[in-house]
Amino acid sequence: MMGRLFEPIVIPFAALLVALLLFGIFITAAGADALGVFESMYRGAFGTWFSWQNTLVRAAPLMLTALCTALPARIGLIIIGGEGAVVVGGMTAALTGIVLTHASPIIVLTAMAFMGMTTGGLWIAAISALRHYRGVNETISSLLLNYIAIAIMNFLVFGPLRDPETLNKPSTYHIGEANMLTEMGSTSIHWGFGLGVIACVALWVLMRHTPFGFAVDITGGNMRAAKLSGLPVARLMIITSLLAGAAAGLAGMIEVAAVHGRANSSLNANYGYEGILVAFIARHNPLAIIPVAILFGGIRASSGLLQRDHDLPDASSLVLQGIIFIVILASETLYGRFSWLRAKEKTV
Amino acid sequence: MTIPDKYALEALHINKRFGALIALNDVSLHLEKSTFHALLGENGAGKSTLVKCIMGYYAPDSGELMIEGKQHDISNPRHAHQLGLGMVYQHFTLIPNMTVMENLVLSRPHLPIKIDWRAERKSLQERIAQLPFQFQLDIPVSRMAAGEKQKLEITKQLLLNSKILILDEPTSVLTPVEADEVLGKLHALTQEGALSVLIITHKFREVMTFADEVTVLRKGNCVGTATVKNVDTQQLAKMMVGTEFVKKTLHRQPSLAQEARLEIHNLKVNDDTQAQAVNNLSLTVHSGEIVGIAGVSGNGQRELVEALSGQRCTSGGEIRAHKQPYQGRREDMRKSHFYCLPEEPLRNACVPAMSIAENMVFRNFDHLPFTRYRWLLDRRAMLHHARELISQYKIRTPGPHVPIATLSGGNVQRAVLARELENEVDILVVANPCFGLDFSAVAEIHDKIMQVRNRGGAVLLVSEDLDEILELSDRLMVMSGGKLVYETIPAQADLATIGRYMAGQ
Repeated sequence: MMGRLFEPIVIPFAALLVALLLFGIFITAAGADALGVFESMYRGAFGTWFSWQNTLVRAAPLMLTALCTALPARIGLIIIGGEGAVVVGGMTAALTGIVLTHASPIIVLTAMAFMGMTTGGLWIAAISALRHYRGVNETISSLLLNYIAIAIMNFLVFGPLRDPETLNKPSTYHIGEANMLTEMGSTSIHWGFGLGVIACVALWVLMRHTPFGFAVDITGGNMRAAKLSGLPVARLMIITSLLAGAAAGLAGMIEVAAVHGRANSSLNANYGYEGILVAFIARHNPLAIIPVAILFGGIRASSGLLQRDHDLPDASSLVLQGIIFIVILASETLYGRFSWLRAKEKTV
Repeated sequence: MTIPDKYALEALHINKRFGALIALNDVSLHLEKSTFHALLGENGAGKSTLVKCIMGYYAPDSGELMIEGKQHDISNPRHAHQLGLGMVYQHFTLIPNMTVMENLVLSRPHLPIKIDWRAERKSLQERIAQLPFQFQLDIPVSRMAAGEKQKLEITKQLLLNSKILILDEPTSVLTPVEADEVLGKLHALTQEGALSVLIITHKFREVMTFADEVTVLRKGNCVGTATVKNVDTQQLAKMMVGTEFVKKTLHRQPSLAQEARLEIHNLKVNDDTQAQAVNNLSLTVHSGEIVGIAGVSGNGQRELVEALSGQRCTSGGEIRAHKQPYQGRREDMRKSHFYCLPEEPLRNACVPAMSIAENMVFRNFDHLPFTRYRWLLDRRAMLHHARELISQYKIRTPGPHVPIATLSGGNVQRAVLARELENEVDILVVANPCFGLDFSAVAEIHDKIMQVRNRGGAVLLVSEDLDEILELSDRLMVMSGGKLVYETIPAQADLATIGRYMAGQ
């Protein structure tokens, strides 16, 4: 059993080191001091309790959007529509909050979460239904639906739902301070992080330890074998996508309820796209998503510091993410090549 | 005494090890010029390894290769081609969506930057006219039947001026008629002195009919070489398996009262191109019988099996199990004890990356004893279950947790068989169960299928191997053009008649 665990940890870790090395070369070429930059990144992400809190707050939506790619990937669908589901979920959650402003906060938040998850879920489920019944490529349709989601949100925040007081950044009305999602204990980490961890653990149990997850893995591993075993392939795909979209929709709801209080263009802040990265690095394992999301939350949290201390453009952290993604994808080919990474297998 | 030019190809004292496994132990092979030489042996006897050493895919640990009496170290397949060696594989290496002409031209080692297709066509037509097989140059390979493709593979090698042709089970995807034609033409070419042929095969019939000489390998050792005229099948089988080969008569119990178990009414199934592949087919299989469906591949058998196994939608008609409509849902399968052993089990019935233990519970992972507290999986029970089946079905594996893709073909088939037959089986659909398996595995699998029948199961056996069908079936049908065109019982079967119906006449 150790052999099976060892490889998926060593290879991504080595790949991350290679990616950092390449990024170091990039920084040096850009005229900055690579070691200093790495030091700042560490400080900005994990150096102090303050930076840890910053990191974890950014990790929360990443965990949920990563689930949006990871779950469908397990059943064989490559869905990159997390961004759209975040926007749709955040948008409908904000609407719900505005409509219910005067109800008690617990009801408002529950209703917002419910609406965000439902609409996000349906958004992604529609993609896999299109795939299954009409043969539409799910990767392309999910990507294009991202733009449609953003366009719908822009229409609403520039038009019918615009709060006239928001001048620079058109937004919906505020859901009301009383209805905001609070911080956990005395930290500045809001409950979104807790929800993200809970979602990852719950979906890991579902995928790894229940017959449902096993059926999903069979279908993703070989559709023909799944049909031979009489598994309801269409239903499995749609339920999985529904759960995936619900996770991303919840991320949108959290962004609205815990951070902005309104729906606006801050919803499409690339959490959906970064989630794809996190899911691939975690090899679509919901539990592994937690540490990877925290790592990426750290990269995000430290990007401001890079700009201030090293005069590097804000986009540098995007370069790092891009490098990591490419190196991780390339490292996929290494699995099974290192016999010494596998523990000796016992014979029966 | 070796006369230098008597042999086209000699492999002398070849040794090859893979780790602890001795694949070839001091094996020698002499291919006389202009002869048709068969290389016979069970799976794992080392035939393919020997051929791969000759073609330069593997470097032998020791030994010599002589071509036309000269010693060569063949370091890679390209080198082998330059020396006039050509190889035809069991599976096709043609590019399906290109035409015959494009495939033939592209196989040449040195192509000009710009291909003059008109000149190529002219020279191809001239050269092909002198060869035994004729083709329409402009049809895409994907539209050709298996036999045609194999002829094209051979022609490709002949056009590359191969003087020594090595074929690795070239007839396993062909019908007997196609196989006879291909091998007959090759035999004629060797007699004309244009070619020397080395052919790997399992089939005695082909050896006896076409080969001049035969070399038998067993477990990496060379058992001997014989002139085909001087041996009979019994002797060859004895050389091959080591003991006197007796055709094992399967224990067939007389059938008891029969009830209809699997009924198919006017079934229509489309193939991938939406053309009708199964055409108003009706069939009933009773308890305690094996119904065998013979036919040339591509006459709707695959679509029929896929429809029955739930892998393909039907476009009309009805399937009934135990007189109830059957829709291939999980509950239907469980309720009617309906199981299936599809062809190519790794592709059709397994998740290659999952462990053997996981692959063995596809039928029942959602029920006791593999669930705990109703909603959770019990992986320990899976491992325990797999260990039992592994020892019961003698599956050779390092353990239940290795990915099933790492097993050999025979062991994958045993694992799937174990899974499908572990519960009570009322209806069993089997497709080409012994494709590419060796003697002992075939006997074992036939025996298991017969046991299902003897216990009162209804078995539908779809196979391209007529011998298998004749051996196992209680009733035999021939499928052609998506329909059942002929029915007989094996005891009264007339091969000529069956062949005629198989050919669609």
